[in-house]
Amino acid sequence: MAIRDITLGQYYPGSSWIHKLDPRVKIMATILYIVALFVVDDFIGFAIAAAGLASVIIISKVPLSYILRGLKPVFLIISFTLIINMFMIKGEVLVSFWIFEITREGLRTAIFMAIRLILLIIGSSLLTLTTKPISLTDGIEALLSPFKKIGLPAHDLAMMMTIALRFIPTLMEETDKIMKAQQARGADFESGNLMSRAKALIPILVPLFISAFRIAHDLAMAMEARCYGCDIKRTRMNGMKFAGRDVAASILYVLFLAAIILQRVLM
Amino acid sequence: MTDFIKIENLVFDYIKNEDGHTIRAIDDVSFTVERGSFTAVIGQNGSGKSTLAKNINGLLMPTSGKIYVDGLDTSDEANIWDIRQKVAMVFQNPDNQIVSSIVEDDVAFGPENLGIDPTEIRTRVDEALVGVEMYEHRKKAPHLLSGGQKQRIAIAGAVAMEPECIVFDEPTAMLDPKGRKEVLEVIRKLNAKGITVLLITHFMEEAAQADKIAVMDDGVLKMVGTPDEIFLRAEELKALSLGVPPAVDLSMKLRERGIEVPEGILDIDEMVEYLCR
Repeated sequence: MAIRDITLGQYYPGSSWIHKLDPRVKIMATILYIVALFVVDDFIGFAIAAAGLASVIIISKVPLSYILRGLKPVFLIISFTLIINMFMIKGEVLVSFWIFEITREGLRTAIFMAIRLILLIIGSSLLTLTTKPISLTDGIEALLSPFKKIGLPAHDLAMMMTIALRFIPTLMEETDKIMKAQQARGADFESGNLMSRAKALIPILVPLFISAFRIAHDLAMAMEARCYGCDIKRTRMNGMKFAGRDVAASILYVLFLAAIILQRVLM
Repeated sequence: MTDFIKIENLVFDYIKNEDGHTIRAIDDVSFTVERGSFTAVIGQNGSGKSTLAKNINGLLMPTSGKIYVDGLDTSDEANIWDIRQKVAMVFQNPDNQIVSSIVEDDVAFGPENLGIDPTEIRTRVDEALVGVEMYEHRKKAPHLLSGGQKQRIAIAGAVAMEPECIVFDEPTAMLDPKGRKEVLEVIRKLNAKGITVLLITHFMEEAAQADKIAVMDDGVLKMVGTPDEIFLRAEELKALSLGVPPAVDLSMKLRERGIEVPEGILDIDEMVEYLCR
């Protein structure tokens, strides 16, 4: 199974400058980067955006091959977007065959869309690659806490994310176990067309859901036994500190965004 | 020694289905656990021993009867967090009780819930991890460790809350022999440090190491006594399909053949030492 190879959303342990940044800074930077990618609309803009990303990758010391592996599962989506955009947009015809036409505008939009998606995925996976899941959820909790006033359960959401991340490998093992148990009794997951393969997944999903509920029940007991939910205000062992490097990173990042906006305004 | 946990006429019913049909998991059980002692509760699957464990720190509430932990009544809502801080718990499945994806963060989970000061949490976490010999693995992801290692992390998580008592609910049931040995060693070490231990198990060899054994069957407390006292009643144990540890079995057979073997030899090592003398 290829599920084990997915690097999207996984943490790559390291101690680089990027790894040490405050998660709040990294989350905000990622969100703004995604927004910036939609502001950009020409090759120079994308070049600036890509250069910014490349320098972050170099500083983070995460191997490029490892990052690119994260693109694999979304390759289909990227090619689909590329093809749809290429054929569906009307304009000056470059090539035409049978009922299909490739237009200049279509080609341009398609390529930009593909670049945008690739940068977007690499950019956001860089966040999870360089941030410990626990700091990531701490960061999200801190950023969402202003919304607590309007009743948003920021802490509970963050705890749910922490647990979801923690149980990905456990549930994968569980899936593996169930599949092996069924293969041992003659189940076939590898042959047949898409429909029959999808149907073969149902007998996996049912026991998987049941065991997920069982795990949830056990975990809830264990958390309660460790005083989760008691009235005392929770503390954190590794609290977040906005350090000097976070200020430096924020200034650099604002300059980077300014460059993108300027380029867009000037062009 | 004073009583730390006092169970009085405990009855617990599970509700089986919507029409209110109940199953009695624990039927009129009374016994005490002394402060600083090592008590084992042994019984077959379905004997009610795990249900008993969950009643002690208020995860389940008695249908009738009372449990007092250090004088606090578990059925009083106001006591519940105090009791859970005094009585920590380690469960059977090591995977399903680890909350965080990094070892040291998981150990910190309990103290964080108790609102302990961050520097104090750091010390507690480090000490707890050293205590279970998992300090060098503190930055790792739990799913990459062995069952025995994961279970020791769960124990460190309990220890970091600085409880007076730890209830172990079949902590070795899902481990290989090596993991079982490691975990049991840690449990004995904690007891030596003064933590009251209540070990729920279905392995007689493990129960043999306790100061006191309580035997449960079908929700009823059948026997309570020191390991020596309990193993003398081997026939009764067999009737409950529980059997005695191999060393005890051997000494009984030797006695039948007229070879003088003193009582109180509970494991193979002691037996070897005695026979080779």
